[in-house]
Amino acid sequence: MAHMTPTPVLDPSQDQTMILNMGPQHPSTHGVLRLLLEVDGETIVRVMPDIGYLHTGIEKTCEAKFYQQVVPMTDRIDYLCPMTNNLAYCLAVEKLLGIEIPPRAQWIRVMLNELTRINSHLVWLGTHALDIGAMTVFLYCFREREDVLRLFEAVSGQRMMTSYFRIGGLALEPPLGFFERVKKFLGHFPGNIDEYENLLTNNPIWVQRTKGVAYLSAEDAVALCATGPTLRGSGVDVDLRRDLPYTGYENFKFNVPVSNDGDVYARYMIRVAELRESQKIAMQALEGMPEGPVKADAPKVVLPDREKMKTQMEALIYHFKIVTEGFTVPEGEVYMPIESPRGEMGYYVVSDGTAKPYRVHMRSPSFANLQTLRKMCEGRLIADVVAAIGSIDIVLGDCDR
Amino acid sequence: MGLQLAITDLEQLKDRPEAAALLASHPAAVTAAKFDRNELTLWLDRIALRDACLTLKNDPQLQYNALADITCVDWYPREPRFEVVYHLFSIPNKKYLRLKVKLSGDDANIDSLTPIWPGANFFEREVFDLFGVRFDGHPNLIRIMMPENWEGHPLRKDYPVEGYR
Repeated sequence: MAHMTPTPVLDPSQDQTMILNMGPQHPSTHGVLRLLLEVDGETIVRVMPDIGYLHTGIEKTCEAKFYQQVVPMTDRIDYLCPMTNNLAYCLAVEKLLGIEIPPRAQWIRVMLNELTRINSHLVWLGTHALDIGAMTVFLYCFREREDVLRLFEAVSGQRMMTSYFRIGGLALEPPLGFFERVKKFLGHFPGNIDEYENLLTNNPIWVQRTKGVAYLSAEDAVALCATGPTLRGSGVDVDLRRDLPYTGYENFKFNVPVSNDGDVYARYMIRVAELRESQKIAMQALEGMPEGPVKADAPKVVLPDREKMKTQMEALIYHFKIVTEGFTVPEGEVYMPIESPRGEMGYYVVSDGTAKPYRVHMRSPSFANLQTLRKMCEGRLIADVVAAIGSIDIVLGDCDR
Repeated sequence: MGLQLAITDLEQLKDRPEAAALLASHPAAVTAAKFDRNELTLWLDRIALRDACLTLKNDPQLQYNALADITCVDWYPREPRFEVVYHLFSIPNKKYLRLKVKLSGDDANIDSLTPIWPGANFFEREVFDLFGVRFDGHPNLIRIMMPENWEGHPLRKDYPVEGYR
């Protein structure tokens, strides 16, 4: 952890550069990221990220839990996109088990995932603009984010740590009137995006602070394992929703915004375009919502309905067995990558045939994307570091796990 | 959907383009293979790892040009105890490939992939920190998650979940 990292010893006879400590408690490092900046006057010579302040050992804890008990832990990795993490983990275990999810559950999963992307991108946009000095955008973004959080609360009972997806489907059917509320939100949301864009896209100060800043070439982005908007901002066209569709994404029509500019402005434009695409996908999911159950027909894995549990002996037995001893998963391993708002969120789950996962590894996008910071910042000014961090959109919980 | 039986026989999988390319260039490199749940896994000899990755990256058909992930699994008390797991991704073909290398507990050293993908840096530091596997040729192999003066490697199976008290 950071306070232990020895400060690099510089040659005093050279006396040209100095080390500037930034973070971990710094408002624009988006959490507890510490950066050691070697600066020559105002110019960055070297950036050394120091992470680990939020390491909680979730991967180790998962090994001691039943498969279904891991779902709430996945929320806590990335507190801005809990549903994405829930989904990636559930898909991985479902792939291990070989069970099929009913279409209605898949459609609701897609819809909620896109709402999660909207939620995450809104926090990103607000804080990123705040870092660079545009305060008003933050207030607008958090106004709409509040709407999304209220929707999450309606569907799962929780604003942030939703844990709404279950292995084999969803926890419950969404409450009455939920879809109308989502529709109302999605109806006015494109107008809200216009509001944010009016404040920023052609704003000369914003353009000067972001255009040509923190350039990342396509080769460097691939070599440094960048994914998501950070990679697409450098002109590499990868989106796992389209390229390796999961949970029914092949049924939806959407564009994948890509830009060749590779600067902060390009990544900004991509995320704003993604907000619009997410709104479209969620709208399509809402309009084509199939009827049917929201849980797979797998009594040994999925908890029975409350009513069945109280009236049928068999359902009660299954309920008792799942809760007390979990369910066993056939031996094997899967790597389940999905497109989170930040990039490739991959769950690598290894089963040894028991009721607890032998190993759960999260390949988190923030962790990998953070490596691009060095390339983006070197040779630029200290003020650009703040813009670069914002444009990667890191969440330190996701980074440190 | 249901589960199909895993294919674990290298003979049956040697015609897969990934396995064929590696067997052609480094005949002894691939020690085992598995095709399970639509995912292909190849076990490599640790000496051949870096060359195999270069072959997979530069092959005009395969083009596994991106490194998705590096992690490790500890099979303690079984020996060889560590399995270092690499996930490669081909951006042009949109395909994943899993490579594994087995390492024994008393000699857990392996070539670093940082010369091929500089982005392997953080992943390898994480595996070093949490499992104690050393990567030869890594530019900065120090702990990344745990404090510098931490003792032990938490994700090893002989490390208690609640830690040492």
